[in-house]
Amino acid sequence: MKRLSFLFPLAMSVAFAGVAQAGTLDDVKARGSILCGVSGGLAGFSQPDDKGNWTGIDVDFCRAIAAAVFNDPTKVKFLPLTAKDRFTALQSREIDVLSRNTTWTSSRDTSLGLNFAGVVYYDAQGFMVRKAAKVSSALELSNTTVCVQSGTTTQLNLGDYFRSNNMKYEAVVFNTADEVIKAYESGRCDVFTTDVSQIYAERLKLSKPDDHMILPELISKEPLGPVVRHGDDQWFDIVKWVLFAMINAEEYDVSQKTIDQRLKSDRPDVKRLLGIEGNYGEQLGLTNDWVVRVIRHVGNYGEIFDRNVGANSRLKIERGLNKLWSKGGIQYAPPVR
Amino acid sequence: MSAAFVREQTLAPRPAPFAATGVKAWVGQRLFATPRDIAMTMIGFAAFVLLAMPLIRFLFLDAVWQGENRDACAHVLTGACWPFVAAKFNQFIYGFYPADQLWRPNIVFALGAILLVPLAVPSAPWKRLNAFLFLVVYPVASFVLLTGGNLDAEHFILGYFIRIEDHVDLVWHGMRAAFWLDYAFSSLVLSLAVALIGWLFGTPLSTSLKVMVGLFALLALVIAPADADFGLSWVETREWGGLLVTLVVAVTGIVAALPIGILLALGRRSEMPLVRWASVAFIEFWRGVPLITVLFFATYMLPLFLPGGANIERLVRALIGVALFSGAYMAEVVRGGLAAVPKGQYESAAALGLGYWQTMLLIVLPQALTNVIPGIVNNFIGLFKDTTLVQIVAILDLLGQIRSAFSDPNWASPTTLYTGFAFAGAIYFAFCFAMSRYSLFLERRAGASQLRMEANRT
Repeated sequence: MKRLSFLFPLAMSVAFAGVAQAGTLDDVKARGSILCGVSGGLAGFSQPDDKGNWTGIDVDFCRAIAAAVFNDPTKVKFLPLTAKDRFTALQSREIDVLSRNTTWTSSRDTSLGLNFAGVVYYDAQGFMVRKAAKVSSALELSNTTVCVQSGTTTQLNLGDYFRSNNMKYEAVVFNTADEVIKAYESGRCDVFTTDVSQIYAERLKLSKPDDHMILPELISKEPLGPVVRHGDDQWFDIVKWVLFAMINAEEYDVSQKTIDQRLKSDRPDVKRLLGIEGNYGEQLGLTNDWVVRVIRHVGNYGEIFDRNVGANSRLKIERGLNKLWSKGGIQYAPPVR
Repeated sequence: MSAAFVREQTLAPRPAPFAATGVKAWVGQRLFATPRDIAMTMIGFAAFVLLAMPLIRFLFLDAVWQGENRDACAHVLTGACWPFVAAKFNQFIYGFYPADQLWRPNIVFALGAILLVPLAVPSAPWKRLNAFLFLVVYPVASFVLLTGGNLDAEHFILGYFIRIEDHVDLVWHGMRAAFWLDYAFSSLVLSLAVALIGWLFGTPLSTSLKVMVGLFALLALVIAPADADFGLSWVETREWGGLLVTLVVAVTGIVAALPIGILLALGRRSEMPLVRWASVAFIEFWRGVPLITVLFFATYMLPLFLPGGANIERLVRALIGVALFSGAYMAEVVRGGLAAVPKGQYESAAALGLGYWQTMLLIVLPQALTNVIPGIVNNFIGLFKDTTLVQIVAILDLLGQIRSAFSDPNWASPTTLYTGFAFAGAIYFAFCFAMSRYSLFLERRAGASQLRMEANRT
């Protein structure tokens, strides 16, 4: 039926006008794949590699959902979206889940007919300076020039931060991220600011990345998470619990390496998570071994973090806020029981 | 009669003085003839060295040619990072087209070149067959090759009201009998209806029937190969990208623009008010709206209007938008050409007893289109470069793929950005330059034939 739409769009619309919409999970199962909206190119989050395979933490999250539903992480199709059309694509059912470094804000959650299913990555705006400047805190940045991209909340946060700390600064504004980093490199300004995950990525474009450091102050909250449509609570639950399951798995030390051994564990919480006890998977509309599938194919939260943005990637971003709650961070998931 | 001071034999010609021919003379006359020339030459040479040398250094001398990842390029500040282009080359050309199916776009590229070159060379034979192959067979073949064909069509018109497939469950090479029965029956009904309406207004039944049935039969010949199952796997347009998308958008726009434009231009000069107003409204609407708006509307608004599930693929929506847009612009160019054809030509044609379409096809359009070759090609070049606007609706064309590769941390380096843009620039330049040179050639040829005509006249 999908192929037909290519040729007879109008006829199709007539045909579909009277058909009630089924749940997303049923659509996904009938189609045999999940349609996942991602960013067209964002280091560490969704980025095609040399062979054209998508890599990144946002991408791996969609693969995890596919693993939970189909036991096959390849049954997901990625649709690159711009910042402008990401919500429309979700509303018009062009995608099933939006996993595109989208900041969870009250207005987006309430007024767009969308639900945020959790936080995959706690991002925040930060500052980068040259090590030679001998600055150790953002509070020492008074009377500096700051390179920033125009028309973003980044610019807004920057102004708020300097004003509330009674510091003077001069903003040098550019249209694209590439211009901003080039200007910083050329010495046009002393400070580079954007979200920290992106500072790590942009820093690689500098001729001597190690000569620059990221200051400890974080001046905004940017919780990035997957988004689904309003009105389909089953699908919302699935997306939400795939994320929780990955975080719980890290907490219980269930990883791609240890899964076989942990399947034999006596710990009741591990048994419940892995579906050996209870029928928590079936309650979601999946199978009871859904977490085993996710971990085997994709890994736990710590693994996808390290692989894509953390220690095992080129970005080498610190876990920071994204550490588990038990290790000093704020990543926390409700228990499976 | 002879006089002592008159030579009787012609002198043997001597070679021109050394200083008047050859490289030295050329240089002397063109570059260093006067002090002012000498100064201009020096300035020009200095400008060339200042501008071109850094470019040559960047592209070739300081460039990095080998490497596996950013480590090869990270330390280079003034040279291109070619391994980046090499590593991403397939993505730049094909996007995310499945790696084991790349032979399909390759065949489409090759077939396009094989058919286009003889079509472009005036002395090559079989022009009509060639044009038919390129304009009709090639698009259908490309469609089947690139998407995989096998549309699996179920309903045409009638099928939405009666479930034919419950009674006829026959599938032959991917073509459903139910669909084709539906097609045959529906088209017959439609033809009859049109013929009846025509008959009420005085057109003979057989004439309209012939035209309508012919049209539907032609359409069937286009649908049939697209519906048949050739055993190719289906590749969704969302997986296309890079130069492939750039060319698909540009060629669709270019191929669709001329017929749409000619029809609209004729419509705008028509003496039937309804046709004229409709053409004017269409042209002015599409010319009044920026292409970006058209693409935005097609991509973001249309899906909200269409009922759920009826999503036309993104690229197809963009293609339709581009085709209508470029058609409207082409209409105005063609109208300029039509206006330049002297009235006497129309009158002579009428005096010969030619009808409207004969006059247009045999007398007016050949002259009109020759007149506006530069305008037409100008439009094509503009359209080719405008295709990159599809980026803003998240279709990754050549430039889009290149930009998306910039953020790959595996290749991020100080010169990755410039290298990517240099590569994109080279490709766009090659295509646009070829088009403009070809248009010059055509003009000169048309100019020569015009001269011949005038010579014959006198």
